[in-house]
Amino acid sequence: MALLKITSPHAHTAQSTASVMRLVLLATIPGLIALTLFFGWGSVINILLAGSVAVLCEAAVMRLRKRPVMFYLSDNSALVTAVLLGLALPPLAPWWVVVVGTSFAILIAKHLYGGLGYNPFNPAMVGYVVLLISFPVQMTAWPAPLPLYAEGVSPPGFLASLQIVLGLPGAGTVDAFTAATPLDTLRQNSGLLIAQLYEQDPLFSLARWAGAGWEWVNLGFLLGGCFLLYRRVFTWHGPVAMLASLSLCAALFYDGGSSASHGSPLMHLLSGGTMLGAFFILTDPVSSATSNRGRLIFGALIGVLIFIIRSWGSYPDAVAFAVLLMNFAAPLIDNYTLPRTYGHKKSRRATEKKE
Amino acid sequence: MRKVWDLIGGVHPPENKHQSVQLPIDVLPLPEKLVIPLNQHIGAPAKLLVATGDRVLKGQELAEPSGLVSVGVHAPTSGTISDISEYPIPHPSGMAARCVTLIPDGKEQWIDHVGIDTTYAFQDYSPAKLLEMIRHAGIAGLGGAGFPSAVKLTPRKTITTLIINGSECEPYITADDMLMRERAEAIVEGIQILSYILGGPEEVLIGIEDNKPEARAALEPFVRDTHIQLVSFPTRYPSGGEKQLIQILTGREVPSGGLPADIGIVCQNVGTAFAVQKAIYLGEPLISRITTVTGRACSTNRNYEVLIGTPITHLLAHNGFDENNCSRLIMGGPMMGFTLTDPDIPVIKTTNCILAASWEEAPTPPPAQPCIRCGMCAEACPTSLLPQQLFWYAQSHNHERLEAHNLFDCIECGACSYVCPSNIPLVQYYRASKGEIRKQAQEKIKSDRARARFEFQKARKEQEEMARTAKREARKQAAEQAKAMTAGRGDKPQESEDIVKTAMARAAEHQASPAEQQARLERSIARAESHLHSVEKRLETIRKEGTEQQQEQALAAVEDARRRLEDARSKRAQLDNTAGASDTDKVMERLQASPKDTLEKKIASCKERIAVTRQKIADSDDETLKAALTSGLEKQQAKLADAQQALAALPDNASGTPVTQQTTDAAANAIARAQARAAATRDLPAEEQLRQSVVALEGRIEKAKAKLDEARASESEHVNALQAGLEKLQNKLLDAQQQLNTVTAQPSTADDDSADAASSAIARAQARVAELASMSEEDKLRETVTSLKSRLEKARIKLREAEAERSEHVDSLRTAVEKLQVRLTEAEQQLAEYHP
Repeated sequence: MALLKITSPHAHTAQSTASVMRLVLLATIPGLIALTLFFGWGSVINILLAGSVAVLCEAAVMRLRKRPVMFYLSDNSALVTAVLLGLALPPLAPWWVVVVGTSFAILIAKHLYGGLGYNPFNPAMVGYVVLLISFPVQMTAWPAPLPLYAEGVSPPGFLASLQIVLGLPGAGTVDAFTAATPLDTLRQNSGLLIAQLYEQDPLFSLARWAGAGWEWVNLGFLLGGCFLLYRRVFTWHGPVAMLASLSLCAALFYDGGSSASHGSPLMHLLSGGTMLGAFFILTDPVSSATSNRGRLIFGALIGVLIFIIRSWGSYPDAVAFAVLLMNFAAPLIDNYTLPRTYGHKKSRRATEKKE
Repeated sequence: MRKVWDLIGGVHPPENKHQSVQLPIDVLPLPEKLVIPLNQHIGAPAKLLVATGDRVLKGQELAEPSGLVSVGVHAPTSGTISDISEYPIPHPSGMAARCVTLIPDGKEQWIDHVGIDTTYAFQDYSPAKLLEMIRHAGIAGLGGAGFPSAVKLTPRKTITTLIINGSECEPYITADDMLMRERAEAIVEGIQILSYILGGPEEVLIGIEDNKPEARAALEPFVRDTHIQLVSFPTRYPSGGEKQLIQILTGREVPSGGLPADIGIVCQNVGTAFAVQKAIYLGEPLISRITTVTGRACSTNRNYEVLIGTPITHLLAHNGFDENNCSRLIMGGPMMGFTLTDPDIPVIKTTNCILAASWEEAPTPPPAQPCIRCGMCAEACPTSLLPQQLFWYAQSHNHERLEAHNLFDCIECGACSYVCPSNIPLVQYYRASKGEIRKQAQEKIKSDRARARFEFQKARKEQEEMARTAKREARKQAAEQAKAMTAGRGDKPQESEDIVKTAMARAAEHQASPAEQQARLERSIARAESHLHSVEKRLETIRKEGTEQQQEQALAAVEDARRRLEDARSKRAQLDNTAGASDTDKVMERLQASPKDTLEKKIASCKERIAVTRQKIADSDDETLKAALTSGLEKQQAKLADAQQALAALPDNASGTPVTQQTTDAAANAIARAQARAAATRDLPAEEQLRQSVVALEGRIEKAKAKLDEARASESEHVNALQAGLEKLQNKLLDAQQQLNTVTAQPSTADDDSADAASSAIARAQARVAELASMSEEDKLRETVTSLKSRLEKARIKLREAEAERSEHVDSLRTAVEKLQVRLTEAEQQLAEYHP
């Protein structure tokens, strides 16, 4: 009788990396719907384009590395990177921006470091930052949210959007539809009190809490994030710490809504890439801190960095930079935030020699 | 309701327990054979008490505990021992170990056994007595590890809490559950015994997961009026782990690397409590246990009371095992059990479950994907480790980091592997790393020991070397001193050395056989002869080419060599004297022949030399060389004549006894004398030795002078050599006297110096007088003048040196020089007067 010799445990959850990635993809849907509703089909096109490029790049690398292509493609990790980058990029960004960003994310940020599980930086954010630095004009051209459109004017449809993205002749340019984001508006504000700004600027006056369209996009990602928390894909530590520290910073520097104010906590929470960053970017397990205590520190420092860069940096949003900076710090945080093991009086340091 | 604490981490695998609790515990028919391993527990294997062919009774001890941490093994039924050898045992590695094979006879004939007298309570027995009964009943922890129960029940610390583990958190297993349901009373009795042995801890808790309400209900009536508490807690794997159960029930943690007893807790399995009850009340040893047979590859899933040693195949055969539907055969549960590759291996004391998993239940594991550090493992870990980091460092064999991440606190429960979405066999990585680290630690201990040994050896060698150097140094100093003394004493030490050598040789001779001694002496004679020959040859060449001085030296060397040869011969003579009679004749023959031989040899060599010299004279062109050669030739001819004369003078009856006797006697006497002298010398203090050597030297000088006079009188060719020898002796005497002075180390060094000078002067004067006596007046005067001139020269040199050194002797030297000048003028005058 031939019996297999297999080590314990002999039972296993049905959960797999691919299913975890699928859950993440699923969780982006509310945010994507909000983006599409308020900013047109651009994000969907971004995602489709980035997804195809990512899969192609991944397959090419696997072939080059002589690995089973389908086995690695089926973990869906490349797709997750592509989708997150696609969601972060401005809708209606030129196709080559998407291609360059995605290729860079997959080829350089992921596979040059050893592929899935070995990348020290979040690949999507690396791609995003490369694009932001290389092509600032294209990267800051956000279409206006739906409420800002004048009567009778409608945002481009899917095909029109596709033509704009592909830069086909006669399709017009994205410039016709762009408008400042709430964060831009706030940065450029000088002289108006926050209350005045909220009253005068349609971006705020037409919004319920913190910027027309943007608030819903962020709420969409928050919803997706809560779903992932419920499914225990990640723990609450990172996102909650980040949101809390960002709110705290915003509250500290709110300055009573004066003209020098950097915006209310609610505004910060519901604008820009806050929620996408909190639940989809800094929760990337590969490049974040490992222990729950570490994730608290990691998340909190990202929140602080986001606020600092938003308020005093030269870029309107800061999630990508903040996350990358903290990716650098993650191994260090890991060294000092080991949990206390059962039977030990206190936690140890990873760099500790023999007890 | 007692408070319970939450288990950290943990997982909820499908329980799959209902399948095997549908039917009550059953007993299987006897198998054809029972294979009973001698080591079913943690500790030393039991010591065998039976032999192949023995008939044993049920419950008979087959092997007894071989140490403190060891338990015995008993015959599960009556039958015959058919074999005692190595068989595969239940072990993850599939290794083999010593087993007793028992062929049951089907009679189930019990050995005489009694428990405690039931008219008394167990409390009437001492805990030690009860412990002894438990130990001899072969009870080891039935929960899983199989630690000898008696050892666990004798903790070094006071126990405040006894925890009875009825958690059974592993999926599929229901052995404890069914035992509690069906034998609750016995279990409670067992628990009471355990509690008594442990000195009555404050708390006795039975921990049961809340998925076993039937078991709890069964126990309830028996614990109602006791101090035993039933505690239920939420079902979550691995709540049944000893450390985890302690944490759930008490909120306390067993210190890392410690034992539960360190915090006053002892944990025992319900099965163990049951076995203890049987051992104490009935006197029955542990020969069976409850084992769950389950899994979809078996058509019947239920629990059996199985005899220890029953082959797994026997269990499977009675449960409709479908081989083709079985993906893995697991001993234990799905979380921590290990796969069996040989279904013929036996059930042992720790076998709580046989899981014949179907392909649906345990499909072939998919290939592992890269770790994405999702952290689900860390969430599941019941000991708060970071499995993803451990995996990372296990892959890179970073042992330091692994230990810093508390790898050794991993209980290998498998929760991390269970939740891992990348299907990484994490536990296996940890096991492998632990093995590596342990091995490395052992190797380190070994290498440390080796290093310590090496360093010790090095130190020892260094010390030895130092000691040797010191010894050498000391010896060198001693040698230098001796040399200095020798220089002072002249030939004396050499002589005594010779004596010592002789003594040593004699000592050796006592040990060596006469033949060997003879051979040795023969060899030394041959050596001496060849040496003599070579020095003679050298003398030859020197005579032809060398200076006068060299010739003298060579001549002295020849003399020395001759003396050695004679020494050797006399030694042999002594040997022959002491040797057996048969040898004596031979040796005597040789002895008596030897002077003749020598002379003949001498003559022959002389003749040869003469021939060579003549040839050389003929060949030579150089006049001076020719002259030198001619003089040498003349000398050789004289020698030849001497030798021929001596040969002629040898008595014809040279082989006669008297001569030999005389020779040997003389030799023996000489040796005896020398020995006596050497012994005397050895025992004397340095000063005395020196004094003696001075005296001896003076005597020798006297003799040498006499010889010199003789030589001069006979106008011998040896005058020069003798004179040189005399001078040497005189020098030695001087040195010896000087040394004597230093040894006596008297404060009045000057006196000694002057005494020295005086004695040497006396010696010189005596020599001179002797010389002069043998000379013609004119020659004497000439000699005096020459010697005075040379002495004056020397004195002047000395004076100059002294002046350069600003020595205190300058004045005395100056007067000496003046005196010498005066004497020289006088002598010259005399000479002039002699030749007017």
